[in-house]
Amino acid sequence: MQAAVIALMATAHVQAGTLRVEPGDGAQERLQAALIEAKPGDTVDIGAGRFDLTDGLSLDVNGVTVKGAGPAATILSFKGQKGAGEGLLVTSDDVVLRDFAVEDSRGDGIKSKGADRIVYRNVRVEWTGGPKETNGAYGLYPVESTDVLIDGAVVKGASDAGIYVGQSKNIIVRNSTAMYNVAGIEIENSYSADVHSNLAMHNTGGILVFDLPNLPQQGGHAIRVFSNRVEKNDTPNFAPKGNIVASVPTGTGVMVMANRDVHVFSNIIGENGTTNVMVVAYQSAFNDKNYDPNARNIVVRDNQHGRAGWAPAFPGGAELAAALGGSFPSVLWDGVGGAAANVHLKDAVLTVTLNLPSQGAAISLAQPAAYAPPSTPPAKDLPTILMPAAMEAAAK
Amino acid sequence: MKRAVVMAAAWVGLVSASPSPQVNEALILSDALPPRLQDFGLLVDGKTPAPGVVPYHLNTPLFSDYSMKFRFMHLPKGKKAKAVGDGLLDFPVGTVLIKSFGYPADMRSPDKDMHILETRLLIHRASGWVALPYVWNADGTEATLKRAGQRMDVSWTHLDGQKRTISYAVPNANQCKGCHVSGAAMTPIGPKVRNLDDGHQLKALAQAGLLSGKPQAVRPMPVWDKPETGTVALRARAYLDANCGHCHNKAGPADTSGLWLDWDQPADTNLGIGKRPTAAGRGSVGLDFAIKPGDPAASYLVARMASTEPGIAMPELSRSMTHEEGVALVSQWIREMK
Repeated sequence: MQAAVIALMATAHVQAGTLRVEPGDGAQERLQAALIEAKPGDTVDIGAGRFDLTDGLSLDVNGVTVKGAGPAATILSFKGQKGAGEGLLVTSDDVVLRDFAVEDSRGDGIKSKGADRIVYRNVRVEWTGGPKETNGAYGLYPVESTDVLIDGAVVKGASDAGIYVGQSKNIIVRNSTAMYNVAGIEIENSYSADVHSNLAMHNTGGILVFDLPNLPQQGGHAIRVFSNRVEKNDTPNFAPKGNIVASVPTGTGVMVMANRDVHVFSNIIGENGTTNVMVVAYQSAFNDKNYDPNARNIVVRDNQHGRAGWAPAFPGGAELAAALGGSFPSVLWDGVGGAAANVHLKDAVLTVTLNLPSQGAAISLAQPAAYAPPSTPPAKDLPTILMPAAMEAAAK
Repeated sequence: MKRAVVMAAAWVGLVSASPSPQVNEALILSDALPPRLQDFGLLVDGKTPAPGVVPYHLNTPLFSDYSMKFRFMHLPKGKKAKAVGDGLLDFPVGTVLIKSFGYPADMRSPDKDMHILETRLLIHRASGWVALPYVWNADGTEATLKRAGQRMDVSWTHLDGQKRTISYAVPNANQCKGCHVSGAAMTPIGPKVRNLDDGHQLKALAQAGLLSGKPQAVRPMPVWDKPETGTVALRARAYLDANCGHCHNKAGPADTSGLWLDWDQPADTNLGIGKRPTAAGRGSVGLDFAIKPGDPAASYLVARMASTEPGIAMPELSRSMTHEEGVALVSQWIREMK
């Protein structure tokens, strides 16, 4: 009874607009109650310390800021989680998440769905046991949202993608670190994204731009990947089989699949055993007439390349490398779609097309050859992605 | 001493409340979030309705850890719900849908020693539907609002004569919306014409003056565990509709998965046939397809229904046990699928 009284006091409004929650007894109920009782404009201020949580948390109030004392100080631990699919779920608009950590959630770390104008700032999601197939899928998982800003996040150990933005529009992922995930950063079935100034290291694949069939939003396009460091992506693929990222070869830097208008430029990409940049079509069979499986209107330019291609980690990779004189190229296109695909690979490194005849063709049909960019005019630069001013202010 | 006073007060409250509490229509229509369920005057106890509150049942219900459910509806005086096609009844503002959850001491004698744990209200107010979860005290004399949810250990003797103990989760208000949402708006799930039409129920509601429109479904859902009500395929589809389709549909919380399991979904890739996992993580459990015709063991839809592990288990909420009989039905459907 006494604990209950203290718990009530601990979630009381300490000042107008701020609900403060400290660790201790009943943290699950107190923190969830604060997330339910918050009014638009309020801040849920989570104190320093470790919160041992048994169930997923959720926020469904517009315009709420959830703020901790820093990603090393305020730790929401889901090690003992008994239910729900993610650590924290946000389903409301204009939410700011900043300065806290989510650890060891059983499913995804932080998911936001249909949550427009969301800011993730200085948050950490980590599976503390290192890369494991039993880790949750995504660290940060905004989906079906317009205006997504991820700034200064750190994600480690996701069994799918560390930072994953899916079926969304107008996206920035910047100044973030993704390590020891299967995919470091993944933009999937999304429109208009800038992925820049991030570090993607020791993942299976560093930065992926994918599009998949049979989904409500597809036709991913207008994605810029620039000024990132994509290095030493050397963690053996630990994704559960069946997932699309389970097919990403260990040692992939940047991978573009089934998107149009993707520009990869001014990155530092190196020490990736399979290849630094890979541009490919969707490979599996599909029956979706609205889906375009090919990569097209792709530009790869002005990247600084380190070593690549000494250990191509996919079936037939070693044979292909042998056919190419022992090493796999730094930049690779599967060649699907031919000249009409308008693929401009312009870095001054070994660049190869596999000349595959069609989507889904077996790798044994490859006729690898050095690639010369087409004579078609290079694609125009894509516009810089801008966020509403209030979001940039919240990310200061 | 203090406890004795509290108990006496509860006893007085109980006596004064029975036999027939008055439904508080003004409270239903207000913006209030009453801390006590009794304030509404909807129930005599967890499974006994007050006058003017009507029980109803579904052909195929949602599985919630083998709990027994008691469903009631209250319509504002003089108002009717309207049957529109096979979908959700169109309920007037002022409607309350009531569902109590409980366990008997022994599932083999479900009518004896029922222990009601919680009562959930869905109230149709002018501003939309509101979900309020109430948790009963150990004596079953009072239920208090728990918007942040609660976990509690529950034990009973199961159908096989073995004792079961689970950590029962009362959902928080957001988790209510986690299922009860279509687009951005909160909505009831269960009382759809197709799932209410057992040949009698809708007609009885119409005769009682509570229902307008056609009291009959074009394609009624069968009773999932009564073979005489439908083929394996129809009963499996009914089961999926009731257990999965409220999230897994084109406008539901799981729309982005592209796996749509509602009653009207055609038997195509989006029903899961030959569909690869999307954003499933370890929920793929190493399998390539949601449904692989003829091979339930290679279908991750089945594996996720059978799992109790958070992050894999589906549905994500209200389930810590495997519904063996439901898994068996869906497996049989997939096994017989060409």
